[in-house]
Amino acid sequence: MATEEMEQLVRREYKEGFVTDIESDTVPPGLDESTIEFISMKKGEPDWMLEWRLKAYHQWLKMTPPSWAHLDYPPIDYQAISYFSAPKRDEDRPQSLDEVDPKLLETYEKLGIPLHERAALAGVAVDAVFDSVSVTTTFREKLYEAGVIFCSMSEAIHDYPELIKQYLGTVVPQGDNYFAALNSAVFTDGSFVFVPEGVTCPMELSTYFRINEANTGQFERTLIICEKQAQVSYLEGCTAPMRDENQLHAAVVELVALEDAYIKYSTVQNWYPGDEDGKGGIYNFVTKRGDCRGDRSRISWTQVETGSAITWKYPSCMLRGKDSIGEFYSVAVTNGRQQADTGTKMIHIGEGTRSYIVSKGIAAGRSNQSYRGLVKVGPRAKGARNFTQCDSLLIGDTCGAHTFPYQEIGNSTATVEHEATTSTIGEDQLFYCQSRGISEEDAVSMIVNGFCKDVFQELPMEFAVEAEALLGVTLEGAVG
Amino acid sequence: MLEVKDLHVTAEGTEILKGLSLTVKAGEVHAIMGPNGAGKSTLSAVIAGKGGYEVTKGSITFEGQDVLEMEIEERAQAGLLLGFQYPVEIPGVKNVYLLKAALNAQRAARGQDDIPAPEFMKLIKERLAQMKMAASFLQRAVNEGFSGGEKKRNEILQMLVLQPKLAMLDEIDSGLDIDAMRVVADGINSLRAEDRSILLVTHYQRLLDFVVPDKVHVLVDGRIAKSGDAELARELEARGYEWVQEESAA
Repeated sequence: MATEEMEQLVRREYKEGFVTDIESDTVPPGLDESTIEFISMKKGEPDWMLEWRLKAYHQWLKMTPPSWAHLDYPPIDYQAISYFSAPKRDEDRPQSLDEVDPKLLETYEKLGIPLHERAALAGVAVDAVFDSVSVTTTFREKLYEAGVIFCSMSEAIHDYPELIKQYLGTVVPQGDNYFAALNSAVFTDGSFVFVPEGVTCPMELSTYFRINEANTGQFERTLIICEKQAQVSYLEGCTAPMRDENQLHAAVVELVALEDAYIKYSTVQNWYPGDEDGKGGIYNFVTKRGDCRGDRSRISWTQVETGSAITWKYPSCMLRGKDSIGEFYSVAVTNGRQQADTGTKMIHIGEGTRSYIVSKGIAAGRSNQSYRGLVKVGPRAKGARNFTQCDSLLIGDTCGAHTFPYQEIGNSTATVEHEATTSTIGEDQLFYCQSRGISEEDAVSMIVNGFCKDVFQELPMEFAVEAEALLGVTLEGAVG
Repeated sequence: MLEVKDLHVTAEGTEILKGLSLTVKAGEVHAIMGPNGAGKSTLSAVIAGKGGYEVTKGSITFEGQDVLEMEIEERAQAGLLLGFQYPVEIPGVKNVYLLKAALNAQRAARGQDDIPAPEFMKLIKERLAQMKMAASFLQRAVNEGFSGGEKKRNEILQMLVLQPKLAMLDEIDSGLDIDAMRVVADGINSLRAEDRSILLVTHYQRLLDFVVPDKVHVLVDGRIAKSGDAELARELEARGYEWVQEESAA
């Protein structure tokens, strides 16, 4: 790709209200109204957006952090966090892969990540990584032809204010919970997807393609809308461990599916889990919710959670439309000192709604994890059905797995099934594989992958392959 | 090929093998027989490296290598392969995947590249046919929902694919009907070769009608009490184990 084209692309991003003067774009730690005004101004936002943020902020002030999760971490000092930091200047980043932590590179190698992508992931200065730009450009053109909008949230606020006003915060309201309120006040960027009526998005959308626009990680805001009969498959995250210096991550993801629409949202989360004592790892407090607003709409969450020191995450579905379907397929792996409290909420509101939950938890080392799931059936949800299967696999005897299923059934015609199992990785299974010549690590990885198969088969093909490799890397040293 | 000398093994504080010695030469088929609880399965498990056993005395060498110093997978890579009495189920892991992973791990240990996919499929199809197994076996999870006979056939299938130097088969005949027994025995016989040895651990003589051993050993109370040829097995079938026990006690 020619240099001018590349520069054009970069300039365009800036023009769209990203950051103009990189040098001065920092704000001291702390959060008050002026911080939010600063963020909104820096992003060149319209007044209504600022008001929306301030409203969230005032709600947040009255709230307290949730304490019900099975997690243990010191209180977070929200005044010690810097809420707006411009992308790192190229001079401050590693200039080549030689300057990157060899351990990180070793992991990329194991995951089979192509060279140029390794550079991007490790935060190497732009020039080295722009192979992916040509991909991005062709990609955008193809989407444009199909009528699909896929852009950053900042761009969307400028270019599609009506859509933003109509949908933002309608699935996860500003005051929904502590972290969502914080996100609504200070979110910096994220993704926006709009698939118009009757259109099936011609390709899988991935944040991966937005890698060069990254650094929006801390308070990310994503909104995906599928109009009637529209379909999209969205991939978030990446199997490679992401470098990030921000400890607290509080993202919000909102999905809206109108009549007969189908949204498939897949996540592979592999944030830094911290050192052996769990120090320095990412706190991941995410609010993800899908609204099956139209009849016969369907929303499917698939997640593979392997990273972060602490994960607090419950991708949920509001099943409003008649005969709408919500699905949740999850694999959560914790090792070392990681803690995860994750699960889903399926809220059956409309008639004939169905939900399907498959959760696979794998705990190793000294880690702790909980599945927390709510199935709620409202009085109007005649004939609603849910099936939940929740399996835990323990590796070693210093880890823990817990299951907290909640059911609130307000309708006698509903059918709700829950199956749960807990097993330990069998010595005899390991011996069987090893006695065939397979190494212990490969045997663990094979057995765990088998355990997760029901979920992996829901992932888009190339993601599934990466996820399998990722499990192996995550569980390295878990046995023996 | 295999040399076991004065082997003493304890498990959970109880001594199970009490000075067992055994020499298996290349190309030989040995049968280890004996009453229940004599330590038959312990012998093959310890050679393969199963946990939970402590070797308090003695040695095991395989082609000059000290087996007790080797990891479980290294033993398999060196050509020692154990067929299980009770093969374990591994949900979600396809049979074909396990076979390929095992074969490639063994090839890698020998410095060979992964087997090319077409070659692997050809090999597998031949072996399946030999064991009278349907191709659908490959897509099923390892041993999951297999009948007793299917599990045993699957163990032999693995042997046929992995081609070990020493195949140890632990009560491979238990729970087999006569037809399955024939298929399994044919599989074992096809493994017989000048450079390969087979160690059959069995309680009954039945299997030995189909797979005729070169040597038969009777294991009583942690030691080999009597050795002989195939004729000894028939004698045991006719007279039971007691006379050997009495003889060895005397």
